[in-house]
Amino acid sequence: MPTFYERRQLVTPGDLLAEGDYIAGESTYKENGKVYATRVGLVEYKERIVSIVALKAFYIPNIGDTIIGKVTDVTLGGWIVDINAPYPALLRASDVMERSYRPQKDELSSIYDVGDLIIAKIVSYDRTRDPLLTVREPGLGKISRGQILEITPTKIPRIIGRKGSMIGMIKQETGCHILLGQNGLVLVSGKKPEDEQLAVMAIRKIEEESHTSGLTDRVTEMLKKEKEGETENA
Amino acid sequence: MSSIVRVKQKQIAELMNKGKRLDGRELNDYREIKVEMGIIEKAEGSARVLLGKTEVLVGIKIEAGEPFPDTPNEGVLTVNAELVPLASPTFEPGPPDENAIELARVVDRGIRESKAVNLEKLCLEPGKKVLVVFIDVYVLNHDGNLIDASALAALAALVNTKMPKYEIEEGEVKVKPGYIPLPMQNYPIAITFGKINGKLAIDPWLEEEQVMDSRLTMAIEKDGKICAIQKGGTGYFSTEQIFEVSKIAQEKASEIRKLVVKE
Amino acid sequence: MPKAEEKLIGKDGIRIDGRKFNELRPTKIEIGILSNADGSAYIEQGKNKILAAVYGPHEVHPKHLAQPDRSILRCRYHMAPFSVDERKSPAPSRREMELSKVIRESLEPSIFLEYYPRTSIDLFIEVLQANGGTRCSGITVASLALADAGIPMRDLIAACAAGKVEGQLVLDLNDEEDKKGEADVPVAYTPNLNVITLLQMDGQLTLEEFEQTVNLSLEGCKQLYAMQKEALKVKYVAVKEEVDE
Repeated sequence: MPTFYERRQLVTPGDLLAEGDYIAGESTYKENGKVYATRVGLVEYKERIVSIVALKAFYIPNIGDTIIGKVTDVTLGGWIVDINAPYPALLRASDVMERSYRPQKDELSSIYDVGDLIIAKIVSYDRTRDPLLTVREPGLGKISRGQILEITPTKIPRIIGRKGSMIGMIKQETGCHILLGQNGLVLVSGKKPEDEQLAVMAIRKIEEESHTSGLTDRVTEMLKKEKEGETENA
Repeated sequence: MSSIVRVKQKQIAELMNKGKRLDGRELNDYREIKVEMGIIEKAEGSARVLLGKTEVLVGIKIEAGEPFPDTPNEGVLTVNAELVPLASPTFEPGPPDENAIELARVVDRGIRESKAVNLEKLCLEPGKKVLVVFIDVYVLNHDGNLIDASALAALAALVNTKMPKYEIEEGEVKVKPGYIPLPMQNYPIAITFGKINGKLAIDPWLEEEQVMDSRLTMAIEKDGKICAIQKGGTGYFSTEQIFEVSKIAQEKASEIRKLVVKE
Repeated sequence: MPKAEEKLIGKDGIRIDGRKFNELRPTKIEIGILSNADGSAYIEQGKNKILAAVYGPHEVHPKHLAQPDRSILRCRYHMAPFSVDERKSPAPSRREMELSKVIRESLEPSIFLEYYPRTSIDLFIEVLQANGGTRCSGITVASLALADAGIPMRDLIAACAAGKVEGQLVLDLNDEEDKKGEADVPVAYTPNLNVITLLQMDGQLTLEEFEQTVNLSLEGCKQLYAMQKEALKVKYVAVKEEVDE
């Protein structure tokens, strides 16, 4: 049963990836026994599953994902949060307030106001309703400092790297705390703005070159060079 | 409520697989067609077409006007279609929406490209004064296939049109006594197919239209040439289907033309 | 502007712009040129200059238009006032409304709209300069903008017109050939399904001529489809090459 591309080869929508007893994975579809690409990306063949790591895609919510969102509206029942997805997310007041509250709009905006950034988790989502968020777990809640980057969600795994090697290296080299939202939003917070800038540069480089190999080494090299440059200028 | 129940949708699709339709027609049969001409005396020409229960009225008005700059010796033809709110619960009052505009432009295309009306004979003073033919399509009841009904009514109305004798006297347009027929030289007929479950059904009625994924209209002029085509709807056609449609359309057009034009 | 007596096709079968009967106009494509849109693309085909941008999928406004089981595709085909010889009023004309509809209907079959219920995908096609066949160039570039936005599709869609000019069947008519010719047939084609999603005709053709014309247009569509695939890869191939050095 044939496959028609090499691993990590660049394909475009409509490209025939495999024919026969294969399963259509991410960014592919199967028709009449043939698996085709639905997006531009790098093809992966893992046993029977044919999938594509899309070079550009938008975030579709998954229950359990940790995401970074921006509050866009305060309503009587809670907050509407932009999570960079086709659907706005909802954070209920009851999730945040301990006791049953009386709906006073002012009260809610003193907790999270329009424009605030929050880290939250998706607790429910289906085709008929917008995603529901929670901030009840430790580490979730309002973001008070740091920089936010927006990258294509499918590249998040590349930033993590194999067994966390890439992200671990960046954290080490820059001394920054980095939080990766599954929805493509990344929070970088460090002791100094220069440190944060380094981390941002590294992440941007990964985003642009995500489809190439030898990336971890190149990023490490770049970070080391930049840091040398800095100490020279200091 | 005009929305079709899911059970009926399935029924139509299943029957179609066996080459049959819910109203007993074969895939290539039209509904009963009635054409009446000259029913609006105030219009220069008019016709009413009943295609099954679809009802369309077309009125023709003729006025003196100016030619387009790139065709100074030709009269002007313009088609407008109104999906009158009383014709269907889905028609809202207001300016023509994309469906009304598409309908008007497809009817226009058949008439214009077949050169049905001899526009040169409508020139009164080259570059300055010509006759303008207003074709107004009024849909009175929507039971499917508005294109074919409207195109047929428009053709019948044009054939029915008697215009006053216009002459230029001392630089002014004057109307002389008497009437002359509109100079016609071709008789285009629009034939529309709907595609349901991969099958082609001619003259789709309303409930079939709600189930079909696309339609293909071909206008055929008197010598059997195709003079306009419009694919509509969100589906698609293979080249085999397209060529099959063209052959059947050609046959059907000559049959239907007889309702309007006596040989 | 050639005089009225000048023929559009010379005795050697060469057309007024130097092309053979089955040659496409020179075409150039760029992807991802607008930073705000979720996806964008630009095409130059002969003197046509057309920009396409996609926003979405996102919440539908007004809300009552949302479909419970799928996304809706909204399309606006519009010509800039300076895109044609005589200034065109910016207000949408009846022609633009019809073209917006048929273009939308030509792209819908390819998009997995059912994946994103209650959303809309908004497509904007702006014709910056027009010289014939803009609805076809518009469909070709719109398909790329959709791909650039990461919207999942069954296949790309390419469109090209063919027609009859001075008795000859020709591919990819420019504005003059369209205005003075005997017939113009715009076609949009999607290779995987091997089906046609846009088909219109102005003019007069016998059934036989029509068949030949459609087949000729498909030749053009297939060439444009190959160009679309190349254009989508170009951006990434360039980065890869840089990195490999």
